[in-house]
Amino acid sequence: MEFDPFLLARLQFAANISFHILFPTITIGLCWVLFYFRLRYTLSGDKAWEYAYFFWVKIFALSFALGVVSGITMSFQFGTNWPGFMERAGNIAGPLLGYEVLTAFFLEASFLGIMLFGKDRVSNRTHLIATALVAVGTSFSAFWILSLNSWMQTPSGYRIEDGVFFVNSWWEVIFNPSFPYRFAHMFNASLLTAAFLIMGVSAWRALKGVDGPATWKVMRTGALMAAVLAPLQVWIGDMHGLNTLEHQPAKIAAMEGIWETESHAPLTLFGFPDEEARTTHMAIKVPGLASLILTHEWDGELKGLNEFAGAHPPVAPVFWSFRVMVGVGTLMVLVGWWALWRLFRSREENSSAHPWLLRTLSVMTFSGWVAVLAGWYVTEIGRQPWIVDGLLRTAEVVADHSSATVAGTLFGYVLLYAFLLVSYIAALRYLATKPARSLSLSPQQQAMAAERSEGDA
Amino acid sequence: MDLGYWLPLFFAGAMGLALLIYVVLDGYDLGIGMLLPFASDQEKDVMVAAIGPFWDANETWIVLGVGILLIAFPQAHGIVLTSLYLPVTIMLMGLILRGVSFDFRVKAGDQHKAMWNRLFAIGSLVASVCQGWMLGAYVTGLTGDTTSTLFAVLIGLALPALYIMLGAAWLLIKTEGELFRKAAHWGRLAVWPMGGFLLLVSIATPLVSETIAAKWFTLPNAIGLMPIPIATGLAYAGLIWIFNSRQILDNGYGWLAFLALIVICVLASIGLAYSLFPDVVLGQLSIWDAASATESLLFTFWGAVIALPMILGYTFYIYRVFRGKATHLSYE
Repeated sequence: MEFDPFLLARLQFAANISFHILFPTITIGLCWVLFYFRLRYTLSGDKAWEYAYFFWVKIFALSFALGVVSGITMSFQFGTNWPGFMERAGNIAGPLLGYEVLTAFFLEASFLGIMLFGKDRVSNRTHLIATALVAVGTSFSAFWILSLNSWMQTPSGYRIEDGVFFVNSWWEVIFNPSFPYRFAHMFNASLLTAAFLIMGVSAWRALKGVDGPATWKVMRTGALMAAVLAPLQVWIGDMHGLNTLEHQPAKIAAMEGIWETESHAPLTLFGFPDEEARTTHMAIKVPGLASLILTHEWDGELKGLNEFAGAHPPVAPVFWSFRVMVGVGTLMVLVGWWALWRLFRSREENSSAHPWLLRTLSVMTFSGWVAVLAGWYVTEIGRQPWIVDGLLRTAEVVADHSSATVAGTLFGYVLLYAFLLVSYIAALRYLATKPARSLSLSPQQQAMAAERSEGDA
Repeated sequence: MDLGYWLPLFFAGAMGLALLIYVVLDGYDLGIGMLLPFASDQEKDVMVAAIGPFWDANETWIVLGVGILLIAFPQAHGIVLTSLYLPVTIMLMGLILRGVSFDFRVKAGDQHKAMWNRLFAIGSLVASVCQGWMLGAYVTGLTGDTTSTLFAVLIGLALPALYIMLGAAWLLIKTEGELFRKAAHWGRLAVWPMGGFLLLVSIATPLVSETIAAKWFTLPNAIGLMPIPIATGLAYAGLIWIFNSRQILDNGYGWLAFLALIVICVLASIGLAYSLFPDVVLGQLSIWDAASATESLLFTFWGAVIALPMILGYTFYIYRVFRGKATHLSYE
C-alpha cells in the first residue's frame, strides 16, 4: 500500500510537535510555581516550602529535558521536512526563531544548572534569582514561538515579492492580530496544566499515605490557581474565538460544524460531521446559540464551510478536538472550584477528609495535556490547507522524500515517543510514591541551611 | 558600508563560532557518555555529576548553529537538511535518548538505572557518529556518491574519537583519585585513533573535493596555510605528552589537555572555514546567494550583538560557579 508522502510528513510533524508541546506546557507554568515556592520559603523560612521546591524541581528538570530534546528535533524538522517554508517565509520566521534561541534557550538552559545543583554553591538570593531567570526564559520562549505561530495564522506586516515574504514592519509581524489572544490562552493553559499536575500528584501522595505538610501546601496552591485561572481561561478562549471569527472564519465554521452561511446559527453540541454529504449527522442543536457566542447577538451571521470550497480544513478532527477542549476546560472549572471550597474550608490534612476530591484530582493529573493537545489540534488543523493562512499552502513547501523514508522515520519516532511517555509517567509515579521523609534535607544541607539563617539573622 | 555584503559574513562567522563551541562543549559530555560503560557504578555517578550543570546549555549551541543556518541562509538550510535527512533523524534520536537518560537514570528507580545508563552511552555514541557522518557529507558538497559516503564514514569514526578525548580531558579537570587515573588511561588509549583519524581526514579531504584541493595546494596560499598543520601537529604532540606525564597530571595541570584539544578544534575549524568559504553549500551556494533579506538579517543582527555577549557572560559565570572537582551532587 502506497501512502501519500505529504500526509506522512504532516503526520510526522504532528507526532513530533504533539510530543514536544506536552513538556513546555508543563515547564512554562511549573517554573513560575517553583519560583512561588522558592519565594515563600525565602520570606517565611518554612521548610515545607523548601521541600515542595526540591520535590517539584526534580519533576521540572525531567520535563525540561524532554522538552529540550524534542525541541531540538523541531528545529531540525523545519529543514528536513518543510524546506519550502523557510525558503519562502524565512525572512519572517527566521528572526523570530532566532530571538527565541538568543533570548530564551540559553537563559533557561544555563540557569537551570544553578536551580538544580547550585543551592550549596550560591547565595539564597542568587538561587532565587536563578529560578526567576529560568521562569522568564521559558516565558520568552513561549512569546517568540507563539508570535511566529500566530503570524502563520494571521499574517500581517509583510509584502510578497516573487513568492518570497519580506518584512514591512516588525512590530506588526510580532504583534500580529491573533498573537495577544493566542499567547494569553497558551500561557494560561500552561499555568492550568501545572496547577492540575501539582494537585494531582499531591492528591495521589495523600491517597498513598506518603504526604507531609508540603504536600497539602502544594495542593492548596494548585486549587487556588485552578479556581481563578480556569474561569479566566473560558473568558480568554471566548475572546480568542471572536478574533478567529474575524480572521479565520473557515476555522470557526469547522469548529462549529456550520455548512451553510446563516444568521441565528444553532450551536451543535454533538454530532458527526460528514464532509462528503456536507452535513452533520445526528446533530443535537441549540437554536441561535452559536450566533450568540460568536457574535454576541442572537441574529449574528456566521459563514458556512460551503463558502470556502477547497480551502477549508478537514471538519471532523477540528470539530471533535474543539469539543474535547471545551469539555475538559469546563471540568477544570468545576473541579477547581470544588477543590478550593473543600481545601480552604476545612484545614484537615488527611486523605480520609476528602476521599472523592483526592481521587478526582489524581485522575485529572494530566487533564491539562488533553485540553492543550485538543486546543492545538483545533488551531493547527483548523489552519489547513494553509501553512501561512490564505497565502501559502502546506503542500507547496513539503520536502521531496520517498514515502518509505518518511514512514520509516515516523515509525521510529512514534516508538521512541511512546517509550519515553510511558517512562515519564512511570518516573513521576515513582517519585510521587516515595515517602515524604526522603525529601528531607541531608544533614550536611541542614547544617548549611542553619548557618545561612543565622547569617541572615 | 554594504550591509548586503557584511551581514552574511557576520552570520557565517557566528554560525561557525556556535558550531565550534558546540563541538568542544557538547563534545566533552558526549564523550563522557561514551566512556560511561567503562566505569564502575559509583564512578558513573561522578561522571554524570561532572557534566550535570552544563549539558543542557552545551546542547543549546547546536540549536543556535542550526538556527543561524535557518535565519541567515534559509535557502541553504533546506538543501543541507533535506540532504542529511537520515543522519539528522538518527542523530536526533541519539540526542533524545542521551538527554532523557540523564534524568531518568536517577529518577526512574534503581531497578531501571542500568538500562538508562546503557541508553545514555548508546545515545551518545549514535549522536556522535551521526554528527561525523553529517559533517563528512556536508564537506563533500552533499553529493552522496561512493567516495563521499566513504569520507562520511571516516569522519563518522573520527568525531567520536575526538569527543572521547574531550571527555577524558574534562574528567581530568573534574575528578580525582581512581577515576582520574582511569580518565588518563582512557585518554592515552584514545589519543592514537583520534590522531590517526585526523590525519586520514586531512589526507582524504583534498582527494574527495577538487575545490578544496585547489584552495589548499595553490601558491602562495599553500605557504600561508602551513602554520595550521604545523600548529595542529604541535598541539597533538603536546596532548600525548600531557596524558603521559605523571608530573603534569599529578600536579593539577590536567586542564592543559583540554586546552590542547581546544587548540586542535579551533585550528581544524579555521581549516574547514577556509576550505568552504565563501560557499555555504560547497560548489552550489555562496553565503550571499543563500542569505535572507538584508532587513531581516539586520533585525537579527542587533539581537545577536546584544544577546551573544550576555550569553557568553553567563555561560562563563555558570562554569565559575561550578568550578573545581565534581563532588557527588545531591540530585536524587
